Amino acid sequence: MQPPVAQRYRRPVSEAEPATEAQRIAREERDRARFEEEALGLADQVYRVARRLVGSREEAEDLVQETYARAFRSWRSYTPGTNMRAWLLRILTNLNVDRGRRVQRSPQLQPLEESDYYLANKLASTAGEEALEQEQVVERMSQDSIVKALADIQPQFRDVVVLVDIGDFTYADAAQILDIPMGTVMSRLHRGRRALKQRLAEEAVA
Amino acid sequence: MTDPGCEKCEELLQDFLDRTLTNEEWALAESHLEECHYCRRRYRFEESLRRYVKLSAIERMPPGLMAKLEELRGVGGIDATA
Repeated sequence: MQPPVAQRYRRPVSEAEPATEAQRIAREERDRARFEEEALGLADQVYRVARRLVGSREEAEDLVQETYARAFRSWRSYTPGTNMRAWLLRILTNLNVDRGRRVQRSPQLQPLEESDYYLANKLASTAGEEALEQEQVVERMSQDSIVKALADIQPQFRDVVVLVDIGDFTYADAAQILDIPMGTVMSRLHRGRRALKQRLAEEAVA
Repeated sequence: MTDPGCEKCEELLQDFLDRTLTNEEWALAESHLEECHYCRRRYRFEESLRRYVKLSAIERMPPGLMAKLEELRGVGGIDATA
């Protein structure tokens, strides 16, 4: 049987202008190494977001490792010069949704949506209106209670809050990462922040 | 410019801090904040809160994770037959 045309006419690599082929391979190896280094340089920031998207440190570690394994395998599909951090987070959030690993909030914690001043009003009522002037007034809430409140927001809202407020992504980046329209990013962000403040008002303000 | 009142000002809070208000809305919020202690305190509070939330939520990468990621290098291979 005849081999396919492409195979018949392809010369062995060693015969095909060896210098050029070796150069091409060397260049590819360089490009890949450069990609890997840039990606690894972002690992701390990628982890920071991952940690707040899932329930435990172990899960965050696994998720980041899976993300890097996939990113390293598909390095050619990254366009140099574009936002690599957003590219990595896109992989990460997709993996996270696929694995169904997002922190599930307890069903009884369905927050009514209070207005934006709700938490400030609650603090003012316990600590006094003037307390709001002080930068440290927020420290009346423990950092643990903030983390817990964040974990209690509905996943679809939390994803946006975490990307924008913890990960410093723009609305446009968040829209691209989550594959949702920018208007949806904005409305989820607003609602997510309100939900966070609601939880804090209930749990963190004595 | 007519004072939009506290309720409208509260509505503009998040976009004000995100710097996504239109010029008109921005002017509206500014004019109210200049006059209203109540809202000014709450805007300032929201600003501190955002900083504090971020500070509280940030957790450094566990030791050892970087080494595990380093080990994954090279799984992409290079295309030697292109």
